[in-house]
Amino acid sequence: MKFKFQDEKRGKRLVDAIQKNVPDRQLKIVHVCGTHEVTITNNGLRSLLPEQLDIREGPGCPVCVTPTRDLDGAIQLARKNAIIAAFGDMMNVPGTEYSLNDLKSEGADIRLVYSVSEAVEIAQKVSKEVVFLGVGFETTAPMTAAVLVGNPPRNFSILPSNKLIPPAMESLMELPKNNVDGFIAPGHVSTIIGCKPYEPIVDRYQIPIVVGGFEPLDILYSLALIVQQISKDAPKVENGYPRAVNYEGNQRSKDLIEEVFQVSNSIWRGIGELPDSGLTLGPEYHEYNAYTRFDVDPEPGKDVIPNCLCPQVLTARATPDECSLFGTKCTPTSPYGPCMVGEEAMCNIWFRYGGRPQL
Amino acid sequence: MCLAIPGEVLSIEGNFATVNINGVEQEVRLDTLTEEANRGDYLLVHTGFAIKKLSPEEAQETLQLFDELIEINKELDQESEV
Amino acid sequence: MNKNAQDKVKIIHGAGGRAMDQLISDHILNIFTNKSAGKIGLDELDDGATIDGTEGKTVVLTTDSHLVKPLFFPGGDIGRLAVSGTINDLAVMGAKPLALTSSLIIEEGLKLSELDRILSSMEKTCHEAGVPIITGDTKVMEKNDIDKIVINTAGVGITNVPTTDSGLRPGNKVIVTGTIGDHGMALMQYREGLSFKSKLESDIAPLNNLLELAQDSGEITAMKDPTRGGLAAALNEMATKSNLGITLKEKSIPIKEPVLGISELIGISPYNVANEGKAIVVTNAESANNVVNELQKNELGKDARIIGEITEEWPGKVIMETEVGGRRFLDAPLGDPVPRIC
Repeated sequence: MKFKFQDEKRGKRLVDAIQKNVPDRQLKIVHVCGTHEVTITNNGLRSLLPEQLDIREGPGCPVCVTPTRDLDGAIQLARKNAIIAAFGDMMNVPGTEYSLNDLKSEGADIRLVYSVSEAVEIAQKVSKEVVFLGVGFETTAPMTAAVLVGNPPRNFSILPSNKLIPPAMESLMELPKNNVDGFIAPGHVSTIIGCKPYEPIVDRYQIPIVVGGFEPLDILYSLALIVQQISKDAPKVENGYPRAVNYEGNQRSKDLIEEVFQVSNSIWRGIGELPDSGLTLGPEYHEYNAYTRFDVDPEPGKDVIPNCLCPQVLTARATPDECSLFGTKCTPTSPYGPCMVGEEAMCNIWFRYGGRPQL
Repeated sequence: MCLAIPGEVLSIEGNFATVNINGVEQEVRLDTLTEEANRGDYLLVHTGFAIKKLSPEEAQETLQLFDELIEINKELDQESEV
Repeated sequence: MNKNAQDKVKIIHGAGGRAMDQLISDHILNIFTNKSAGKIGLDELDDGATIDGTEGKTVVLTTDSHLVKPLFFPGGDIGRLAVSGTINDLAVMGAKPLALTSSLIIEEGLKLSELDRILSSMEKTCHEAGVPIITGDTKVMEKNDIDKIVINTAGVGITNVPTTDSGLRPGNKVIVTGTIGDHGMALMQYREGLSFKSKLESDIAPLNNLLELAQDSGEITAMKDPTRGGLAAALNEMATKSNLGITLKEKSIPIKEPVLGISELIGISPYNVANEGKAIVVTNAESANNVVNELQKNELGKDARIIGEITEEWPGKVIMETEVGGRRFLDAPLGDPVPRIC
């Protein structure tokens, strides 16, 4: 496999490089991508790193940060007899009272799709309304945009819930005493947006941001670059994934996003409202907004549940094992909070890997 | 959801490429891709759409990047030992 | 918040993972009281049970019901599965299979040509294994009261000393008889929502002859067949029952490239899906290489490898030493990600 990078010899050397440059103090490096957490945990990378280097997942799980309001919205739409098409992970996320799966057991037509184009195909074959639950970050937004500019069927609409990563990274820096020492920026979000959007964060907060790929060696390389920057006290945006990311990003995808969407304030479950952190449909694509089409305006839902540590976990201020419900009242088969649902979610990942990410 | 996997283009028809991703042939849309795709190219695919053209040469360069960083740090090591 | 009814049996209870374990311990083991007829009984939850026989021999008995969907798939069908599954349960207990039963529950409306195809496959598999079906039962249920066909097979075997799944000792080596994840991944293409055609084939095969070779070439301390729940579920069970640790070297685990490929595509690990023509064989350190060499001489064991060893560290847990050199737990999956695969 040409694009696999996981040989042990190089891994050891990269770990040596990290060991060499890492300062004596505690370092908290945050990544914002569920797939990064899977690579890190699945490959046991934390067991290779020096003790003082702590890697955390920030709000990089779209399922976890989708506000209850949008889930409740999807449920209201299903009750209005629309077919709801959503990515698999969204099925079990608890809304205020129900999840999509609960509704499916009651007979609602909820379909698991792997792509927005599948949702369009469903709409082409039926006469009922089909609503695509548009969650995800900048990697997923161009696809929805591409579908909307391509004259989708009249019975197709989307529930717009895409969010933007750089504002979320900023919000973590703004939390008091969060002590984030650097970021690994998400590889495929960066394929779309490029490296430029991270520069204001480096300028303002003077911390390293390295774009990271998804192979084990990619992660070790990104960490080596980060600690190298820290040891030289020379923070900057660095591209650790040049085979898939360039500085300007993917112009065509960016154009599609700009054509269809507009930036708006957005509620992140567990964090709250962040300015200019989400995408909503621009005026020319208004008619594809399911909320408008169905005249549905859900109440802001209950985003934080008692005793659930998701807000702290999502903002890299706590780890799943610090939650009193973790593994007991909250498990993947019977999740209490959103961080236990879906395989991009930190609590879910740790649970499936023995409850702790390192030996 | 960041999951994107490389695949090889087997054929192109308009906005669609037939791509071999890990042994499975999939129809992939090209309208989200900036670069031009041709048969034999490698594409990074996310939820059925191409987001980047990859080259095996660049993939090889990745190894070089890793090795460069390793070398720099080995040199520094040797310098400090002197 | 949790709307799941706690008083009903759920699909995940049949999936071979932790949820099923709980159903078994909380209900079945709790209610049945007369549970054994020999040293290994229901409480041991091994692949089969023993009946104390005469003249130092032990009779081993096992049963399995099969409801795989679809009935026919690349590499196998429900008939081959029904025969192999039960033969393999006997074989991993160290028993020579003597005979099988076959109980068919058929939905009204099933084509006779399909029934014949299933029966022929059972016949072919029995012939390969050299094991007869000596008794059976046939029932028909009304249309829609059952889904096409369910086959139950029970098997009887005989051995001097049964091999359990918990006899491991520190320093033992863990061997797999071939590539991991084939059956489960081959059936993924039928999973709802996934729409790819794959060339993957199931690995269903009767292993009695292969495992007899293994037993003749070394000292076997434990065996298990990693069906539902995959390698991860089986190894975790062995570790828990013996209260020892198992450390695996990921580099050594044989997996076919296409299986790895599908696994990455759909985000399901090959360690968590069923194998129907493979066994885990644990041997003492001295025998391991010889056992592997003998297995590799046989078509069904050509990809046999030593994949790990038994330790005293982390008792009850399975540790994976990853390709890049890291270490992490390999926990049992919560349930089988493929709905009806055996």
